[in-house]
Formats: sequence, structure tokens, C-alpha cells
Amino acid sequence: MQKLLDNTGQIIENDPWVIVPKDFDGPVTKAHSLLPLQYWLDTPSNPDQELPTGIWFDSNEEPETVAEHINRWACIGIHFPTFMDGRGFTLARFIRERYGYAGQLRAFGHIIPDQLFFLSRCGFDSFLLESPSDEMDPELYFDNFSVIYQSCADQPQPLFRRRA
Amino acid sequence: MYIYDHYDKTLLEERVAQFRRQTESYLAGHLSDDEFLPLRLQNGLYIQRLAPMLRINIPYGMLSSAQLRKLAHITRTYDKGYAHFTTRQNIQLNWPQLEEVPDILAELAEVEMHAIQSSGSCIRNITSDEFAGMSSDETEDPRPWCEIVRQWSTLHPEFAFLPRKFKIAITGSETDRAATQVHDIGLQIIKNDAGETGFRVLVGGGLGRTPVIGTVIKEFLPAIHLLTYLDAILRVYNRYGRRDNKYKARIKILVKAWTPEVFAKKVDAEWLHAKDGPATLTLEEIARAKSFFTAPDYLSQESFNPNSDNSISSELPVPFMRWRDRNVRPHKIPGYCGVFLSLKPTGVAPGDVTERQLEAIANLADRFSFGEVRVTHQQNVVLADVKTSDLADLWREAKDMGFATPNIGTLTDMICCPGGDFCSLANAKSIPVAEALQRRFDDMDYLYDIGDVSLNISGCMNACGHHHVGNIGVLGVDKKGQEFYQIQLGGSAGTNATLGNVLGPSFFANEVSDVIEKILQTYVDHRIDGEQFIDTQRRIGMAPFKECIYAKAA
Repeated sequence: MQKLLDNTGQIIENDPWVIVPKDFDGPVTKAHSLLPLQYWLDTPSNPDQELPTGIWFDSNEEPETVAEHINRWACIGIHFPTFMDGRGFTLARFIRERYGYAGQLRAFGHIIPDQLFFLSRCGFDSFLLESPSDEMDPELYFDNFSVIYQSCADQPQPLFRRRA
Repeated sequence: MYIYDHYDKTLLEERVAQFRRQTESYLAGHLSDDEFLPLRLQNGLYIQRLAPMLRINIPYGMLSSAQLRKLAHITRTYDKGYAHFTTRQNIQLNWPQLEEVPDILAELAEVEMHAIQSSGSCIRNITSDEFAGMSSDETEDPRPWCEIVRQWSTLHPEFAFLPRKFKIAITGSETDRAATQVHDIGLQIIKNDAGETGFRVLVGGGLGRTPVIGTVIKEFLPAIHLLTYLDAILRVYNRYGRRDNKYKARIKILVKAWTPEVFAKKVDAEWLHAKDGPATLTLEEIARAKSFFTAPDYLSQESFNPNSDNSISSELPVPFMRWRDRNVRPHKIPGYCGVFLSLKPTGVAPGDVTERQLEAIANLADRFSFGEVRVTHQQNVVLADVKTSDLADLWREAKDMGFATPNIGTLTDMICCPGGDFCSLANAKSIPVAEALQRRFDDMDYLYDIGDVSLNISGCMNACGHHHVGNIGVLGVDKKGQEFYQIQLGGSAGTNATLGNVLGPSFFANEVSDVIEKILQTYVDHRIDGEQFIDTQRRIGMAPFKECIYAKAA
């Protein structure tokens, strides 16, 4: 069963967002739709003029194409076609750090619990796990490391600037 | 050597705890094979032909005697009493039990060692020059920079799932002993006209299926920008490197497809956003890193008593003189030298050491070289700070432990991957080929007459044995279940790296020694004063070798 987590490992209850598939071509009538990038680009009267919607990027898509719009969306999704496809980590940092995006950034598709720590460091704050084991204690995965060397979305100061 | 502080130690402890949980979760059936795969790989654990294999990082090749003793203990306790030094300055255990790997990692953490990112599609161990800090042609000691890059790359959250593995090498000398031209990123420390330290940055070098010599994309990168620039390169690669075909996924393919000029522009554009940001190195951090790699307590020249220099006594036997000629290197400090312990005696797989030998290396390091050694990518060990007056004593002890084969730089000082005897990727065995060559060419007078020549053997085109950059390269190939060996000539991993050319049709294993003998004879017939093998080969090309070897068949 799917689990939607925040970046402390708590379950997000009553989540309103629905991911609209890439091949969707009808009119969007519901609020809180996460629209595929191409749909949003192709739809001249973009539905988020009237409805609160979000957008999602596949791992090979470029946030650059909608850079000036990024902060209009309350939720942005990044899709992981397989958990070995690490492009989403870079896209998240891009959206958070370069565009200063402050809304919800969601990882979905094939991600595994052991990636949660890195995903959260890159700026994701919601995570849709497709089929986590019942025994899984999500909090565990966010607390793996108290020491981080690099500058990243969660902590711009690298350890060498914080070392005491 | 770098000494861990509480941050570094805590991170290792947390990593061990994490892997213990991951392993337990896998063994309990909560993690699938596919999901456990990258987790174990990023802790150095492969599943091999016969058993798991654990690859332990030796950052930039540096080991202390305490670490050597711990490695000896681990091979005794958890393995079959021997280990293997690899072609990337690492060490591998061939027979660990999966269940015990978390315990092994915990033991390693006690001596500030780990296996983090020693395999998998991530940034691997940083490699460097085995003569760092001691050679007179050095611009600057590369090790502080290696350590800075090690920390930056360790658990880098953005780059743990790259298209493919990623290797960085750093050299601080004009003579490139770190093969920086055949790494994904090669960094060469240079000074600009103002005397400031910086890096010449090469990208897209590599061996494997598609061997490529790296291209310079930045002639001078000021040192403080090292990490932001590396972030930019990795980011461009992570986004645009191919993921559809693992044989086309290395950065070299992207650089070739775009051209180095376009790649460099893309990196520069990316770098502009991070340049001068918080990831910019501070002078304090650079000074901190350098503080760990100060010169050991060398005796001043005046304190040497020339009469005590027993290495120049006329009573010393010829074998010692030979060993001194081949296995000892000059040092920038008068009265000191660097000494190779050869791990290439006949009959032992190149790079293999027993637990007793690991203990012995630790003892030699303590007695003769300030308690430290360096592992070379040619799979030998270097004692970098030995008093010349100690050479004779060192030689006797090294001989007793099997380390004094006087063959460094000669034909039998081969680079050789584990091959089909151990590795599940291999197409052919490589160790038996190496052994046959060692037995054929065991006449030292002949080897000395041939002089410097590198012979590199890989058991498959993944090229762990660096066959493309051997003066003579041997590549194991599989044709319909039969093992064959392709021979290449003209490769070099040195300062002006070159890739070898294929000689012609492949040979059976039992033909390889004869073919190598003919190649060497062709060199002897054509050489002119003082030419090394590679010089003659470059001058005369492939044709004379082909004629000699394939003449009869034609």
C-alpha cells in the first residue's frame, strides 16, 4: 500500500494532490491536480489560472522551460522512473536552490526508503512510497546521519564552514 | 596522514549502523535483490563468481601500520587469510560472509577506514601519486586536495545514483603517476604566473570498452573553486549522461557526443551559479587539510654518518645491488629514498598479500618509514621515507617476507585484474596468464636487458587491468566459450598517455608467452641506444611486430 511521508517520516494525512498521467488530454476540472509539464505547456489557457494546480517533471525534463512560473505552484512533483535514475536529485536542488521554490516538492514513482535521506537533503519534503514494507519505521530513514559534509538544499553551509 | 575528528568518526559509525540495518532488512526478506544491490555496492560489496567480494577504500593509497594490522586481522578473522591490492589503490577481500560484512565495516571504522562508494554508480575512491610529498618534481602535495575531495564526495546526496561509476585522480607532479588522463576527472595541480595554486581539469578520460584520453576543459581553476567546479561537472553529467545503455553511460561518451568545448561551456554556465557560494573552499579549510600532510621528522643531512651507510659497502651481494637499482627511487630529502615492496613474485597473483605479509608490511613501515605506506595502482607497496643507510637492513627483511623481487618496472611487474578465477564479469582468466609469463621470463639478466616495460592484463573489456595503457596490453576475450587473448602495443599511462593498438588476431592462452617473447625480440632487434620498449615501438610502429608474429601464418 502507498505511503505518503513528510521529511520527518510522518504520514501526510488528507493529501489533496492527484497526479495526472502524461497521456491525459481532457480538460482539468479538479483542483489539486499535478499536471504533466507538457500538458501545462500545451494548454494555452492554463488551468491554474482558475484552479490551484501543480506540475510534475519527469526525470529527463527541464525545469528551465518554466523557470519564471515555478513559484506559482503550491506543489511540484518529480518522477523517478526507476530508483536508479538519479536525475531527480539534481532537479530538486535546481528547483529549490536556483529558483528558491518554497512550496511542496514531492518525489514519486520508484523510490526506495533508503533514498529518503538523500532525497530530503536535496530539497524534497514529501515522498510517495509505492509499496513500503509494513515493518518499515519511516523515521529511521531520515535520521541516519547527523554529520553531512556537503552544501546542499537542506544545509547550504558545508561542514568545513561549521566544523568546531 | 589525515586524522579523523569526531565528525568523521560519527559519520562512519552511523554508516556502519545503516548498513547493518540494510543487511538485516535484506536477510529478513524486506528488501529485494534489486533494491539491496545499490546499497551493498555503495558499501563495497559485490556478489562474485564464488562468494561475495568486499572492496575497501584506501583513500589516495595511504595506509598506516595500524590500518595494515587491522586489515591483517580482518583477513584472518573473516576471510581466508589473504587479500588483493587492486589497480585503483584499494584492497579486496574475496571470501567474506554477507552476514559478517557489517562487523567488518565496524572493525574498519575503528581505524578510520571504510568501503563507502567503493563500487556502484557513484563517485569512487580518489586516487593519487604514490610518491606524493617526496618527489622533487612536485608542484604541491596532492593529498590535502584528495582528502578535501574525499569528504565532498562522501555520501554526496545529489550524486549517489549517477549514470555510471565515476573516478577522480589527482596529481601534483609534472610526471603523472596517477594516470589522470584516463579518469573521468583528472586534476593536475599547477601554479599560475602569480604563483597561485590551481588545477588543470581534464574530463572524459577512461578505459573500459571505449578507451579515451581525457581532454582539458579548464586550463587553470583557482584552488578555492575546486568543489563548486566539481559539483558543476557532476551535475551536468548526472542530468545529461546516457542512462539507456550502460556501455555508453560514462562521462567520456557525453563529452565526445557534445565535444569537449560544448561540455566545458555547459559546465561553466552551471558553475557560475555556485561560484563564490558557500561551497567555495576557505583558506582555513585548505590550511587544515594541509596540516595533516606535513613532512615527517627527517634527520638533517649533517646527522648522517657516511660510514654507517651500509648500502654502499662493497661487501654487499649482487642481488642487493640489483634490488637497489630496480626497487629504490630518489627522494627530495638527501639521505632518504622511496622503496617499492614488490607484490609480484613468480607464482603469486599480482597484488595478492597474505595476512602475515600485511603484518610484515606494517612492521617494515614502523621500523623504516614513519609507520606509513602507499599502495600503487600498479599493485605494489611503497615505503616513501626510508633512510638510505637502512636499505641493506630493509632489503634483508623484505626478502624474508617475499617482497624483494627486484622487478619493479620490468616485464614481470605486471598489472593484472582478478580475472575469470574470481570476477563474474570476466570473459577469461588473467592470473594464469600472468603466472605463465612470470615463469617464462624469470631470468633477471634478460629482464634487465629488456628494461622498463609495462605489461597489463585484463580479463575482459571492462579493463580493470588497464590493458589499453600497457606498453604491452593483454585482453582476455571469449569466443563461443573459448578463451582467447588479444595483444595490444604502444599504450602508456604516463605523462603523455597513449592508448595501445591491436596487434592482430587473438591467441590461445598457451601461445601468449611465445608471442610476448617475439615482441620483446623485435624490440631488441630494432632498439637504438638507450631506447626503452615504448620509444622503439613508437618509432617503428606496429608493422615489424606484426611481421615477426604473423609471418608464418601468411
